[in-house]
Amino acid sequence: MTFPSGTLLAQSALSGVFIGSMYGLLGMGLGLAWGLLHIINLAHFGFAFLAAYLCYQLASVGGIDPLLTLALIIPLFFALGMAVQWLLSRFSVSPLNSLLATFGLTAIIEAGIQYFWTADFRKLESVYSGQKLRVGGLFVPVPELLTLVLALVLGFSIWAAMRYTNLGRALRALAEDAPMAAAFGVNRRAHALLLAGVCGALAGIAGVCLALSFTLTPSQIYAWVGVVFAAVMLGGLGSPLGPVAAGMVVGVSEAVTMAFASPSWAPIVSFSLLIALLLLRPGRT
Amino acid sequence: MPFLHLPAFYESFLYIVFHWIVLATSWNILSGYSGYFSFGHGAFFGAGVYTTAVLAGKYDVPFLWTLPAAALVAALLGLGLGAVVFRVRHVRGELFALLTLAATFVLATIVLNTPIDGGPGVYLSAVPVPKLAPTPSGSFYMMALVLAIGTIAIAYAIARARLGLGLFAIHDDEDAAEVMGVPAYRYKLVAFGVSCALAGVAGGIQALFVSYVTANGTFNITVPLTVVLMSVLGGTRSWIGPAIGATAITILLYATTAADQAVAGKAVVGAVLVAAILLMPEGILGRTFARRGRGVPPASSASPVPVHTDAVVAAIESPSAAAERTVLLAVRGVAKSFKGVRALDGVDLDVREGEVLGVIGPNGSGKSTLINVVSGHFRADAGSARFGGVDLLALPAHRIARAGVARTYQIPRPFAHLTVRDNVALAAMFGGTALDPRHAAEVALHWLQFTGLAARADAYPGDLNLHQAKFLELARGLAARPRLLMLDEVLSGLTPAEIDGAIDLILRIRAQGTTIVLVEHVMRVVTALAERIVVLDQGRVLAEGRTADVMARPDVAVAYLGVPHA
Repeated sequence: MTFPSGTLLAQSALSGVFIGSMYGLLGMGLGLAWGLLHIINLAHFGFAFLAAYLCYQLASVGGIDPLLTLALIIPLFFALGMAVQWLLSRFSVSPLNSLLATFGLTAIIEAGIQYFWTADFRKLESVYSGQKLRVGGLFVPVPELLTLVLALVLGFSIWAAMRYTNLGRALRALAEDAPMAAAFGVNRRAHALLLAGVCGALAGIAGVCLALSFTLTPSQIYAWVGVVFAAVMLGGLGSPLGPVAAGMVVGVSEAVTMAFASPSWAPIVSFSLLIALLLLRPGRT
Repeated sequence: MPFLHLPAFYESFLYIVFHWIVLATSWNILSGYSGYFSFGHGAFFGAGVYTTAVLAGKYDVPFLWTLPAAALVAALLGLGLGAVVFRVRHVRGELFALLTLAATFVLATIVLNTPIDGGPGVYLSAVPVPKLAPTPSGSFYMMALVLAIGTIAIAYAIARARLGLGLFAIHDDEDAAEVMGVPAYRYKLVAFGVSCALAGVAGGIQALFVSYVTANGTFNITVPLTVVLMSVLGGTRSWIGPAIGATAITILLYATTAADQAVAGKAVVGAVLVAAILLMPEGILGRTFARRGRGVPPASSASPVPVHTDAVVAAIESPSAAAERTVLLAVRGVAKSFKGVRALDGVDLDVREGEVLGVIGPNGSGKSTLINVVSGHFRADAGSARFGGVDLLALPAHRIARAGVARTYQIPRPFAHLTVRDNVALAAMFGGTALDPRHAAEVALHWLQFTGLAARADAYPGDLNLHQAKFLELARGLAARPRLLMLDEVLSGLTPAEIDGAIDLILRIRAQGTTIVLVEHVMRVVTALAERIVVLDQGRVLAEGRTADVMARPDVAVAYLGVPHA
């Protein structure tokens, strides 16, 4: 083990922040649905990849600016999120069974992606790819920076909405005690559908960020599951900003581990953190 | 089958079916029975894969000798993880699932980065396949067949045994199970160990079958998700459900992926999973197979059960004799706080052998908390409760139950997926008497007759009305044959006629020599039954003494009815 230089370490930490914001952006919708709707939505990852491929298709074949695809992707995935929620609540599925049902859904999405785009690697070449800013001695890639900015902006706006609007209060009340909130006049179904739609839209936005920064292949859907779950658990269920912060902690610790040891040791950091957290924290979120 | 000289394809296909039957059935022993869904089955399977791969591939240990080692390594891994995880009260449900999944990835990283694998994978192509049949594929078939039959037999035996009933109770309500005497920690650990050992053996055989193992190919999310899917599809409460689910899904996967429509196959499996979860949340077998007929004909219970005769005390002593009786339970200085609220603030009281002690007090005075602390449902912050030479507060809940203390819950907490009979039999099996399953079923019917529930013995608790559910609580308490029975508002919510019946019932219980602590709001009941009463107010003992004397005290009236206004 060689000791890496200061600049290398800072660059690693920075890339950890960027990958961490991707974890956070993916985890935000997952954690909100888990904490507030009691739905563990594995299809969130499927949706994100579907959005990524759509963005890839529109941008590389249609020649549209990748960020403009959001105008289509956000409403589409809002509707998809609502559809899944409608289906799951129609059959009043338990949290554990929601995990299994949405795993089935993810398999269908994966098959669909593989059918249309094959299992080959796809990389979106756009005006943003390869662009780098130079800050001090460090390189800041633009697509990753976009992910970070989006994660922070979305995290803070949802946090503020949850805290300061009646809608947000109603959602938190529903998560706390749904029958009681309903007795006070909160429309449970409508709010759940709305929140699920927001989570779906978040998956869509995360997908566009995936397309901007990463090479896509259908089987990669599952590669994100473990570490994003870790970020969500660390950050707290139902919290919009928690997964972003936790994602960065995980991302930076992974990146630093990679700088010191071999990259293949990186997973042990996030998962050991997750195990320690699950065992040591006093109560449930 | 291998001796029929079928094409190797059939033997290999059946090997795969048996392989998944073993993995799904072994997973179900912990996760299906007890409800602790593990997403870490891949870790234990992988531990077996790598034990065999390293021993046979690198150290030339004969293959069959590596299988017990694979079982041992996987079991030790599971026991080690369980010993830590099962101690933590809040790691249940989805948190347990996540934790076991995370453990899989940690193990994978260690295997990948250490000489166990080191990166390039391990070859077993030079390892000879044991000759159990004319062909190698036949030998694999034989090994997997034996293991599958063995695994299903173990799953069946556990489901029918004490361990199985305990695990089912843990599934429904772990805290209540523990209070009724189920050693939850030990049972979960045993089930986890057995489950992991079987997965380890399956892994060992699979290592030789694929003959080249890699960390990424072994420790992925496929194994845990597939076994969960198979078991849930088949029905997790049944010993045979996972095997049915495994067979169905393996055939489905093969039928759809063997052809060149691999992509369509994936989508079909996904769609089947979604449909199965939405339409059959309890699996193909659902409740039909979950009924645990214990083979006791109802007729056999017409005669009184002899075990109890020795315990029956013929005469009821007069209330005035209460003062001279020995102290059965001595509570001293018991304190319990919830986030700063002092629910119990140094309670001292004695319960004497053979008496009915009424515990009364306004709402929030600590009555139920007292029962919860003495029965081990909550841990006390301070104090002691000496019962026959031991301090109950130092014992885990299931040891308190075994020592001869039983309780009822104010809001009935029956085990929802067990029949009324099994609910009561469980108390007899794990309470003070610790009967064997067959005997316990007879005793259960006796107490169901005693409480007038015999006609509902095969119903599920969800089908009972409140009155019946309350009496089921009583029957469970009685079947444990406790020396001390604590009744927590067992009569609240009943109609006056039902209360009269219940008073009569409690008098009959007392006549059998059981000491009773009666927490009650209905004063008519307290005065009819209790010789002495203790009044609690804001977590302290306000008064203790003979019922009539205490009720006459002005401060008791104030605590109960408020300050009189002139």
